Amino acid sequence: MTGEETPGARDIAVVAFAQTDVLRTTDELSEVEMLMPVLHSVLDRTGLKTADIGFTCSGSSDYLAGRAFSFTLALDGVGAWPPISESHVEMDGAWALYEAWTKLLTGDADTALVYSYGKSSPGSLRDVLTRQLDPYYVAPLWPDSVALAALQAQALIDAGQADESALAAVGARSRRVATLNSHAQLRGTVPQGDYAVRPLRTGDCPPVGDGAAAVILAAGERARDLCSRPAWIRGIDHRIEAHSLGVRDLTDSPSTRLAAEKAGAFERPVDTAELHAPFSAQEIVLRKALRLDDSVRVNLSGGALAANPMMAAGLIRLGEAAARIHRGESDRALGHATSGPCLQQNLVAVLEGDAR
Amino acid sequence: MPEVLKAPLVVEFPFTRSLGPVQSAFLTGLRERIVLGVKTTDGRTLVPPVEYDPVTADDLRDLVEVAATGTVTTWAWNHAPRRGQPLDTPFAWVLVRLDGADTALLHALDVPGPDAVRTGTRVRIRWAEERTGAITDIACFEPHDGDPAEPTGSTGEFADPVTGIVAPARLDYSYSPGRAQSAYIEELSTRRTVGERCPSCHKVYVPPRGACPTCGVPTAEQVEVGPRGTVTTFCIVNIKAKNLDIEVPYVYAHIALDGAGLALHGRIGGIPYDQVRMGLRVEPVWTDGARYPDHYRPTGEPDADYDAYKELL
Repeated sequence: MTGEETPGARDIAVVAFAQTDVLRTTDELSEVEMLMPVLHSVLDRTGLKTADIGFTCSGSSDYLAGRAFSFTLALDGVGAWPPISESHVEMDGAWALYEAWTKLLTGDADTALVYSYGKSSPGSLRDVLTRQLDPYYVAPLWPDSVALAALQAQALIDAGQADESALAAVGARSRRVATLNSHAQLRGTVPQGDYAVRPLRTGDCPPVGDGAAAVILAAGERARDLCSRPAWIRGIDHRIEAHSLGVRDLTDSPSTRLAAEKAGAFERPVDTAELHAPFSAQEIVLRKALRLDDSVRVNLSGGALAANPMMAAGLIRLGEAAARIHRGESDRALGHATSGPCLQQNLVAVLEGDAR
Repeated sequence: MPEVLKAPLVVEFPFTRSLGPVQSAFLTGLRERIVLGVKTTDGRTLVPPVEYDPVTADDLRDLVEVAATGTVTTWAWNHAPRRGQPLDTPFAWVLVRLDGADTALLHALDVPGPDAVRTGTRVRIRWAEERTGAITDIACFEPHDGDPAEPTGSTGEFADPVTGIVAPARLDYSYSPGRAQSAYIEELSTRRTVGERCPSCHKVYVPPRGACPTCGVPTAEQVEVGPRGTVTTFCIVNIKAKNLDIEVPYVYAHIALDGAGLALHGRIGGIPYDQVRMGLRVEPVWTDGARYPDHYRPTGEPDADYDAYKELL
C-alpha cells in the first residue's frame, strides 16, 4: 500500500487515542484493571460504546505476565460477551493496528478498537526479552536487551556516526521535551548515570515501566463523524531483517527504510515523526534511515527514552502522531514502531490531516 | 484498600528442540572442536550457519570449515554478568567474525577489563571442557596473538551427530493479582466468598476480576455469595495428574454459588462419582490451614430446578 490512492480502497483514519501514565510498578492493578480506564477514555472521545465497535485487536505478551493466554483476561475490559469480532497479536499494539487497518480495508468492519498493554514490573525485563532470541545459537547465552543494544551503539561509534556525548544528548533531549508529557515516566533532568553495559549508560536506556494505550480506527465518512480532524492513514508497512545479529549492519536499518518507502513516507516531507527508539543510538540510526532532518519535529512526546511500556510503546508512537494531527499541530506525521533486538522489525505509518 | 498481595512465580521449562541438517552439523562440530559455516549461493560463508539464506531464502546445505580464531566486529562491556550468561566474572559481549567467515557470531570474550578489548581485537575460541553439542561448547573467546588457526579438514560428516538440544529456561516473576482478586483472596482467608456486582447488568462475578466481561465496565461493589451452591455441569476425571494425591475417577464441576451470576470450578467429594448430577446442591469443605475450599460435598437438600441455574451453565 503506497501513498497513491488505490481505486476502490477505503480511507481509514485514527480517530481517537488514549494512554495511561507509565509507572515503574502497578502492583495494585491487574492487567485489565490497568487497561480499562484507557479503553473507556478512547471510547468516550468518539461517543462509541464497546458494542458499537466492528473489530477489536490487541497486542501483548505472555512472557511479560509469565502466564499462558494472558490476553484473554484483559478481554473482559472490552465486553467480549456476547461474542465479538476480535484478534490478538503477541507483539506491540502497532502491529495490532496494522491488522485492524487490513480488516477495515476489506470492508468487513467500519470501526476498530486497537489496544495494547504491558506490565514489565512482575519480571526482570532484561531476562524476559532474551526469550525472543534465536533459541539454538543465542538464547542459551542469555544476552540481555541492554547488552544487544550496547553492541549496536558501539558499532555506531566505531563507524564514526556517534560518540558517547552524542548518545547522551539524545536521552537528555527526550526527557527534556517529555516534561510536557504528563504520561511519561522519566521527565526533566535525568542523570546520564553509570554504564549499564558499556558504551550505554542508564541515560541511554529506556525506563522499565507498566502502561497501556488504545486507539480507534474508522473508515470513510464514519471517521469524519467521530473526529473533527481524522488522522488519515496514507500508508503503513512493516518489514523484518535477518534474526542473526552478525548478518546485519547494525549501524543501519534497511527494514525501516523499506517500510517507510512502501508507506509513502518519502513522497512528501513529514512535519512530525514519532520514533520508537528504546535506546539512544537507535534514534540516530532511525533518523538516518528515515532521512529526517532538523526541519522535522521528532519525538515531541519524549519517545521511548521517557516511557517504554513493552507492547504499548509502538502503538503510543502512532497514537501520539495521530493526536498531533487531531489537534491541528501536524498536517503530515510519521509514526514508527519497532520490535525485537537492535531494531529487528520495524513498522512505519504515514498519517495526514485534511487540508486546512 | 488491603495490602497488595504478592507471591513468587517461577516459570521453568526444559525446551527440547530438534535440529535440521545444518544446525546439527554445526553443533556436533562444536562438540568435536570444529567450527562449520555454510556457503551461500553468492559465495559468502555464514557462521553461525543457517538452513536458508537470509537474503535470497535459498536452501543452504554446503558446509565449510572455518577457523577457531577471528576478529571482534563490535563489543560491549558487561560489568555485571546475569544468571545464565557465559561467564560469571565481568566480560565483553562480542560479535566475532571467525577467519574464513563473512558474518559474525555472538559470544563472550574473557578479558580483564574494557581497556583490553576494541573492535578489531584478535580472539580465539576457548572450548568448554565438557561438550555436548551446544553453543555453550564454546566457553567463551579469549585474546589471541598468533596466526589464524589451521582448519582440521573436517567435511561436516560426524559418526554420532547431535540431533537435538535441551535448552532449560527459567524466568522469575513476582505475581500481583490486582485489586479485585486481592480482595477476593483476603476474604477467602476468613472462609467467605465475595464477588463483585456489575453496576450495569447487576450480575455478580465470582471470582471477581475487576471488570464485567459483558458490559466492559469496572466492578467494585462487593457481594458475599454462597456458601452453598448448585452443580450446573460437571465432568469425570479419569487421569491422575502428577503430584496430585486425589484418587481417580473424581468429579470436577461448575458450581453456581447462591447469589453468584456465574459458576466457578470445584471438585465434588463425599458422594460416589457416578452419582453427581446437574442440580445437585453442594457446600464447601474446608481443611485446616487451607486458603480455599478443598472440595464441595452434597448438602442433602433437594436438587435445584433446572430453570434456577440454566443461565449459569
